[in-house]
Amino acid sequence: MEVFVQTFVSGILIGGIYALVGLGMTLIMGVMKIINLAHGQLMMIAMYITFVLFEQLHLDPYFSLLVAMPALFLIGAIIQKYFLNPLLKVDSILPENQVLMTVGLGMVLTEIIRFIFQSDYKSVTTSYSSEFIYLGEISFNQAMVVAFFIAAILTLLLFFFLLKTDIGRSVRATAQNKDAALLMGINAEWITIFTYGLGSALAAAAGSLLLPIYYLFPDIGGPFTLKAFIITILGGMGSTVGAIVGGVVLGIAESMGATYISMALKEAVGMVIFLLVLIFLPGGLKAWTKI
Amino acid sequence: MRWSTLVPLVLLAVFPIVVQSDYYRHIFIIALMWVVIGSSWNLLAGYTGQVSFGHAIFFGTGAYTAGLCVTKLGISAWWGMLLGGPVAALVGLFIGWVCFRLRGPYFALATIAVGEIFRIGTTVWRDLTEGMQGILIIQSFRSKIPYYYLALVVAAACVYAIYRVINSKWGYYFVAVREDQDAAESMGISAFRYKSLSLLVSSFFTGLAGAFYMNYMAFIDPQVVFSLHYISIMAILVGIIGGVGTLWGPPVGAFIMVLLQETFRSSFFGLLPKWVSEGHVLVFGLLVIVVIRYLANGIVGDWPKISQLWSKGKPLPSATAGN
Repeated sequence: MEVFVQTFVSGILIGGIYALVGLGMTLIMGVMKIINLAHGQLMMIAMYITFVLFEQLHLDPYFSLLVAMPALFLIGAIIQKYFLNPLLKVDSILPENQVLMTVGLGMVLTEIIRFIFQSDYKSVTTSYSSEFIYLGEISFNQAMVVAFFIAAILTLLLFFFLLKTDIGRSVRATAQNKDAALLMGINAEWITIFTYGLGSALAAAAGSLLLPIYYLFPDIGGPFTLKAFIITILGGMGSTVGAIVGGVVLGIAESMGATYISMALKEAVGMVIFLLVLIFLPGGLKAWTKI
Repeated sequence: MRWSTLVPLVLLAVFPIVVQSDYYRHIFIIALMWVVIGSSWNLLAGYTGQVSFGHAIFFGTGAYTAGLCVTKLGISAWWGMLLGGPVAALVGLFIGWVCFRLRGPYFALATIAVGEIFRIGTTVWRDLTEGMQGILIIQSFRSKIPYYYLALVVAAACVYAIYRVINSKWGYYFVAVREDQDAAESMGISAFRYKSLSLLVSSFFTGLAGAFYMNYMAFIDPQVVFSLHYISIMAILVGIIGGVGTLWGPPVGAFIMVLLQETFRSSFFGLLPKWVSEGHVLVFGLLVIVVIRYLANGIVGDWPKISQLWSKGKPLPSATAGN
């Protein structure tokens, strides 16, 4: 029983961070209707920024959120403005052009980082990386708890932004119906740029939060891109609440899979869930939660 | 098909007689193998509109069919050349049955997921596949020549078969499904059926290429043959660079990609400093970005646009002008 609760708790904690990754992806998917296959790679860039700040300036990974998020916002906005938006004007046979573009961008980002930092595994060891809080028999990794709460705060801020501010409303309007939003005087092109930046910044936050409890190498982006779209599909396309649920569900499922099936199959658990959801519950959990 | 199309075939046929170096023969064998994979991917993605991110599934299935012939059945890996295609096609039919209920980007995502399941599954199922240890066999020939001509025959057969398919009733139905699935269905074309047929042909040839790879390289492991990056994405790159929805795009793309990869991997054949060799994936990425941005239909598809760069004629009207 203790093992079960322990597994469950660590699943929820990591799920909170996954939710941030998924939220970024969901926003981008909602507004642009494309899958951002460079999402994990953007997160990887943020992790390297955090890593460099820690190595050079001994800046705590949580404070480097303040640098990594704006930096990735900028990178994301540039990607959208100069690489993805121009594709809307190009006519081609495959409608998945923008998706394929993100594949190319992801490759370039990974390789640039590999050029600079080589393929070595890196990690950031803080004083709290291996500190534990005990609650009865259950242990909580301190870094994971802090990361979970920061992720929760960021999520709340995001919801406040989306629901209460003008730009947030414009983002939602563009996601619902781009043409109608245009008619209402919303600069939809600007909104797409803003949204991609925001999505990247959320991925950046997840990356910085994950760094004290994870390790880092240039190819880490790919697996996280996969996780991000699993979460998005699980939660239902474009549903922000769904993305949070999806993130937590994936976290728990992976953690359960690692404990009860096998460590090697941990990644496959997510894939199987993903396929089952795609086939049997195409709307994702949105079909149940109705949000 | 005009007689002039035999020119590249003849050139490729005399290539190993003219060039004695086994190194260059090897590069061309690999390029011919990619002609098969790229063309197969193109049939499904370019003509039928189902962008697959999982062609490694069929490649790996074909390769493992050939490998398992040796380790489990105790017969020659060459039987894999007979069995690899059909087994991959069966796997393809099953995957199609599961994934074709999804459309567009969802289909693409599902194929990534299935591909990863295959990769992880074959890694973990050690009793059948030897896992990460891989399967090692003994090559039948020391010379590259037999492999070269076999690859050439398979590539020519594949391109010819696809040529026949796309010029038949099937081909027109495929394009109809690509252009507008709902309209095609309302005209009485079963989208599921024709997507499945397209996938059937596509996975058959990809499996054949996989079986050839097993025989030629004599070593496979799940991380190589089921690789998302080195097989599935590479297949897409070959298709995009050459030109999706064109018969000659993937063959051209295959040679460009393999030659480029090898040029960079060997640091321009040893002429440039060693670190250049690390840049080949970076160059792929940049190439993809440039091609998608400026040559959306690939080098073959946008050839008029390219040739216009150095002829000073009037710009051609775009394909959609007047619609």
